[in-house]
Amino acid sequence: MIIETTGLTREFRVRDGLRRRTVRAVDDLSLAVEAGESVGYIGANGAGKSTTIKMLVGILVPTAGEVRTCGLRPVRDRRDLARRIGVVFGQRSQLWWDLPVRESFEILATIHGLPAGEARARTAELVELLEMDDFLATPVRQVSLGQRMRAEIAAALLHRPDLLILDEPTIGLDVLSKQRLREFLVAERREHGTTLLLTTHDMGDIERLCDRVLVVDHGRLAYDGTLDGLARTVGAQRVLVVDLATPADDLTGIPDATHVRSEGGGLRQHLAFDAESTTAARVLAAVSESAEVRDLSIEEPEIEDVVRRLYAASR
Amino acid sequence: MHALRVYARLLVAGVRRQSSYPLATLAGLVANATFGLLKTGILLAAVGSAGGTLAGYDVGTMSAYVWLSQGLLGSVNLWGGSDMMQRIRSGDVAIDFLRPVDVQGAAIATDVGKGLFALLPRGLPSVLIGVLAVGVTMPATPGPYVLGVFSVLVGITVSHALVYLLAVTGFWLVETRGVTVLYMSVSGLFAGLFTPVWLFPDWLRTAAEATPFPSMMMYPIDVLTGRVTGADAVGVVGVQLAWLAGVLLLGHVLTRAGRRTLEVQGG
Ligand SMILES: Nc1ncnc2c1ncn2[C@@H]1O[C@H](COP(=O)(O)OP(=O)(O)OP(=O)(O)O)[C@@H](O)[C@H]1O
Ligand SMILES: [Mg+2]
Repeated sequence: MIIETTGLTREFRVRDGLRRRTVRAVDDLSLAVEAGESVGYIGANGAGKSTTIKMLVGILVPTAGEVRTCGLRPVRDRRDLARRIGVVFGQRSQLWWDLPVRESFEILATIHGLPAGEARARTAELVELLEMDDFLATPVRQVSLGQRMRAEIAAALLHRPDLLILDEPTIGLDVLSKQRLREFLVAERREHGTTLLLTTHDMGDIERLCDRVLVVDHGRLAYDGTLDGLARTVGAQRVLVVDLATPADDLTGIPDATHVRSEGGGLRQHLAFDAESTTAARVLAAVSESAEVRDLSIEEPEIEDVVRRLYAASR
Repeated sequence: MHALRVYARLLVAGVRRQSSYPLATLAGLVANATFGLLKTGILLAAVGSAGGTLAGYDVGTMSAYVWLSQGLLGSVNLWGGSDMMQRIRSGDVAIDFLRPVDVQGAAIATDVGKGLFALLPRGLPSVLIGVLAVGVTMPATPGPYVLGVFSVLVGITVSHALVYLLAVTGFWLVETRGVTVLYMSVSGLFAGLFTPVWLFPDWLRTAAEATPFPSMMMYPIDVLTGRVTGADAVGVVGVQLAWLAGVLLLGHVLTRAGRRTLEVQGG
């Protein structure tokens, strides 16, 4: 097991007006992740994802329970653990703000004690795969968010960690940047077998990167299984949005799809379908029979929506 | 060995970081020089009215004191704030704990690097202004310079180790401005920034000597200018090193304890 927690709990004392009250951010959480797995850790805002990760990496001391990461006790063995994991917090930077991007890699290579040749080769590899050539000489404070995120991931992977933990790595990225980052992570995992634990609010990240999904709700584990299984459990539906050449009546007769709403007098129509029983292509084909489609997009179910349904289903 | 290489690399990073702000450095130099001329005027007048020597200083050695203390101003941290203070406040210190390196050592190495860099664009020009515009008396033998450079290095390190202590109080205090103000109100005076500590009345000098502040600036200047020599000078550096060890140890203990109280909010 590369990650193992039993009864992991963390409480915070927070001031609530004049009174103090206790918030249980993570509540009796037991989970196990095997080396080589790729796990999506999802849940609504404030569900306890980041708090869990902080305990896994030894930044935060648990209130109760046990945690082992890479077989180590995170708080006590912090420095040994730091050599074996790579962590990215989407909202904090691990790069040296006023130095060129390249220099952060050099400093980190020294900190991790990488031999000069290996450091150079690994940096070159990451620079190529993450297309960082253009901004290697730019101070970190001047690169764009998408560029910085690539550099953050490279920084976390420089020492070839066994476990990569990403807390909202795609936050604020445009579609293309997200796509590139996902492709890189898939390739990196294929190449090196790195275990991945990822939190995100983007269902696309989970779909493309994770074999397994953990859903946390109010600090408790609400689901553990595959993404398909999760969709089946909650009946989460995807939505096909079509723009038609000419306004049409509501497209109600499409097999395995339900009409959600129309806009622009029928120019744009939203059709929900269950990914279990049909495909986007089949729905599209059926629509095309009765109207000319000019443009289309597919909306993934929102993670918040999935969690809400899961919560409702469990009651 | 590995740890030393890491600290050396972080020190270089500090140098490089500081060198990326040339305008701020220039502004610092201008302030140094202005304040230095003011100090020269007042202190040389005091030496003059005391009949040519004051507490062992004559015009040449007092001028040397003035311009060396001005020169160290950019390298020794007398104002109390630091990157680490900001990082603890913002929670970015969590990132520091995710690296296989001692957090205290890393922070101090970086700050010492910044301080050392400042010797070039701020320290040397200040001293040069003193030499050219006023004239200074410096030792004629190499000994004081060798020990003096080491003493300056230790002094700079003491100041950053001390400022690190202020930063880690942030693990417990929501607002560290109070400790910073407290530090600032005594550091300059006791370090010997405004006048040499040796001009103080006895009680105040005794108070200063009971603190690490003279180790940051006054003692290095004494060693460098040959005010203390030989075994006395080695003794003074010994006192500096003792303060450094004590401050580092306390910082180490507070870092360990503070880490357990750390509650980083958000991503
Ligand atoms: N340092 C702290 N002090 C007090 N409360 C905290 C602290 N850190 C987290 N919390 C609380 O713990 C709960 C879980 O927070 P956490 O940051 O783990 O959520 P999250 O699942 O990562 O949410 P998000 O999707 O918004 O990032 C929230 O109610 C939060 O307000
Ligand atoms: Mg979070």
